Amino acid sequence: MSGTEDYSPDVPGHGEAAEPSRAPHRVIGTPPPAEQRTLLGTAPQDNPPPAPRELPADPPDPVRAKRAERIVAALFILSMLAGIGFIAAYIGIELSSKSLDSVLRSNLALGVSMSVAFLALGVGAVIWVRSIMPDVELSEERHPLASSEADREAFAETFQEGADTSQFVKRPLLRRTLIAATIPLGLAPLVLLRDMGPLPGTSLRHTVWRRGLRLTIAGSNQPIKPEDFDTPGSMITVIPQGYQDNDNAIAKAAVIIIKFEPGQLRAPTNMNWTVDNIVAYSKICTHVGCPVALYDQALHHILCPCHQSTFNAPQGAQVLFGPAPRPLPQLPMGVDSEGYLIALSDFHEPVGPSFWERG
Amino acid sequence: MSTSHGAPANGQANGKVEGPVEKVLGQTGVFLDDRLRAAKSTRTFLRKIFPDHWSFLLGEIALYSFIILLLTGTFLTLFFKPSMNTVVYHGVYTRLNGVRMSEAYASTLNISFDVRGGLLMRQIHHWAADLFMAALIAHMLRIFFTGAYRKPREFNWLIGIVLFTLGLLEGLFGYSLPDDLLSGTGLRITEGVALGIPIVGTYLSFFLFGGQFPGNDIIPRLYIIHVLLIPAILLALITAHLFFMFHQKHTQMPGQGHTNQNVVGQPMYPYFMAKTGAWFMFIFGFLAVLGTFAQINPIWLYGPYTPAAISAGSQPDFYMGPLEGSLRMMPSWTWDLAGHTVAWNVVIPALVPLGLIFAGAAIWPFLERWLTGDYSEHHLNDRPRNAATRTAIGMGVITFYGILWLEGANDVIADHLDISLYTTTEIARYAIFIGPVVAYWVTKRICLGLQRKDTESLLHGYETGIIEMTPEGEFIERHAPVPEEQRAVLLAPRPVAELPAPPDGDDRVPPPATRGALGKVRLALGRVVTEQVPVPTGDGHGNGHGNGHHEPERAAVTAGEPAETGPGQGQSAGPEDEPGRQ
Repeated sequence: MSGTEDYSPDVPGHGEAAEPSRAPHRVIGTPPPAEQRTLLGTAPQDNPPPAPRELPADPPDPVRAKRAERIVAALFILSMLAGIGFIAAYIGIELSSKSLDSVLRSNLALGVSMSVAFLALGVGAVIWVRSIMPDVELSEERHPLASSEADREAFAETFQEGADTSQFVKRPLLRRTLIAATIPLGLAPLVLLRDMGPLPGTSLRHTVWRRGLRLTIAGSNQPIKPEDFDTPGSMITVIPQGYQDNDNAIAKAAVIIIKFEPGQLRAPTNMNWTVDNIVAYSKICTHVGCPVALYDQALHHILCPCHQSTFNAPQGAQVLFGPAPRPLPQLPMGVDSEGYLIALSDFHEPVGPSFWERG
Repeated sequence: MSTSHGAPANGQANGKVEGPVEKVLGQTGVFLDDRLRAAKSTRTFLRKIFPDHWSFLLGEIALYSFIILLLTGTFLTLFFKPSMNTVVYHGVYTRLNGVRMSEAYASTLNISFDVRGGLLMRQIHHWAADLFMAALIAHMLRIFFTGAYRKPREFNWLIGIVLFTLGLLEGLFGYSLPDDLLSGTGLRITEGVALGIPIVGTYLSFFLFGGQFPGNDIIPRLYIIHVLLIPAILLALITAHLFFMFHQKHTQMPGQGHTNQNVVGQPMYPYFMAKTGAWFMFIFGFLAVLGTFAQINPIWLYGPYTPAAISAGSQPDFYMGPLEGSLRMMPSWTWDLAGHTVAWNVVIPALVPLGLIFAGAAIWPFLERWLTGDYSEHHLNDRPRNAATRTAIGMGVITFYGILWLEGANDVIADHLDISLYTTTEIARYAIFIGPVVAYWVTKRICLGLQRKDTESLLHGYETGIIEMTPEGEFIERHAPVPEEQRAVLLAPRPVAELPAPPDGDDRVPPPATRGALGKVRLALGRVVTEQVPVPTGDGHGNGHGNGHHEPERAAVTAGEPAETGPGQGQSAGPEDEPGRQ
């Protein structure tokens, strides 16, 4: 209880001690004198003497406290001004539909005024506590958390009485039928979730690629002729023609095509599915499905930016490093009568991540 | 006890009551107490003692970040449209003009550029989420290292673990809502992980996404989970957490006058109230500064989600880093099991590392209790050095988590340090096993060394830096006794093996707790868990001190050594000189 000095055991806030003996008898229906007012309405002489003050009322250093008071008040005024500034900035800075400058100005003005308002309030409150309130330390006793033996006994008795009276223990038929009744009700919410989605069926095994479907460049949606894609070492993303707005289709059917120098492509790449040293692989990583978008032209490595699975592009996109378990599936590719790149069929294996039914 | 307080006893015809409550709070106080009988409990609340230590502020950061998340999040829901319907953007951000995107993404652009204060609130919300998770981690580490999870506070420890797990999910779902390219990639990975779960994975993924990825349902579903379901659970758990803390009273750090039977500190009213209010203002102000000046999650730069695109250097928020790292680190193991694919390369990294940490953390208080046989209540925290094994385990877990986390950013590290990407992963694959063991061993040695130093200080005082020369020409350093307040800290209890040791002779019967193979393991691990340097008792000399030198107060330096001594080397310096004279 350091910091507690001599404080008279008076009623808080009153200099004079209450003198119960001199208190006049009160006439019913009239208010008691101020010293006698108590919440419980009992006579003051029945009350135990008030406990001594635990917290001092005055700061230890009045001069320092006065100085701190001015600083705190200044900070609170600053906070108030900043708060007003926030409202003013909200009203004053309209967001233009033409330019982003007003967004930046508004964000700066709102943010700075809000920051200052909060921080000034916080700093002020800390100075208040540290320099104006006297430093005290109180101690409070702890008691074991367990209930007393008597309380435990009483609880156990009450509980047992309830159990006896309810006959829950004595009548197993009631008990068992009650439990039996709750089980289907507990399962019902799970059943209700069934329609959250269709059953997978074989949908993960197929994509929208089919014989004759043209490959189009992602973004421009133009079909490609092999002679237009003639820079060895380059990789582009293609999607099936007509599906550019279908995210569900693209999520499985996105493909990369890479152009090689003659002779660079080797087994296990299926040469029958390449056209003019152009090979097409699924863009969906066999790890967890990120698009494999990075291509190292010097080493011919395809790299997934998510978890860095690395695939050997000229050799059937075999896995060189990382957590992917399988090569990127190769899309059977040919050209149609007009000379555009087309798919010869769907992929011959499921694309993308492993799943239980994949086999 | 009288129940007739208020109007009947004071007998006011007009219902007006005058009394002590009226004196300090006016008629409002009387009105409330007449109805709630709250004077006694509120008085206890106002005088509740809050022990002081900087580390006790960490939990408050988490609490206040959560409140700020609720406030800013509510604002965002007023403008956000959780819809995956396709729209074409025509707005102030001209670079995306004419681009096809979901309504969710378009409305996030709208919040950022067309709603006054929208960008600020979005950025504060995102920063607050990161601060919330960071504060949770720091708070949990504080609780662990000081042993504040011990009886009777195991419930709050378990609640904390659930809060952290839910916080991870809440964060993942929250940053997925804008449907930008980065967060969509996160959802794609979520789908891939779900697919990898044996037997039920495919169904789980189809039910979550309403069919094949990405579908049209995931954003509205995540939205209601993010703004209602998880926040409601978090709020309920936080309330329970605070209630238990209030009911069980705070722990305190060792210090003068601090015992296991008391709480020493400042009362709630006015001290703690003012301080914690200020702390809330600081945290709000700090987040406002970040929200104003530090751009976070600029979704307009990422663009709307499309499954065929991705940006290099895709990084999740920091708290998802360990999961990302474990996915990157894992070799490509899969099994073909009777026509079914078991994707160990996905299942193990997704479930095992964090599962180990969370399950281990949940079991630890009960395991420690069982190993030490210490079933008593603990309200006085441990200094981390005093529980060497616990601290060492904690550092091992931090190292484990830290390596996963670093591996989650290995591309950035490889880029900045100019080393091969694959080398970072190779190193991580070994470090994840070796690192925690090394951290355990080093930490334990450091802790035991610090304990030895504390014991030394208690026995022989601390080194004052004052060198004296004896009449024989011997230089010695004077030691001064440790001041009382410091002594109280140094004398803090160290874990004591409570399990009875088996008796020496073969013919004796060992105590029941240590019988059998399990009992032997328990005893052996119990000894490891309670390994310590004993705290000296009495005046110290000859206690816990087997090296047998009898003039330990003075570390002798012979006169022949270089006399680089301080100004206190005066020849006349004697033992009766004032300590601190320099």
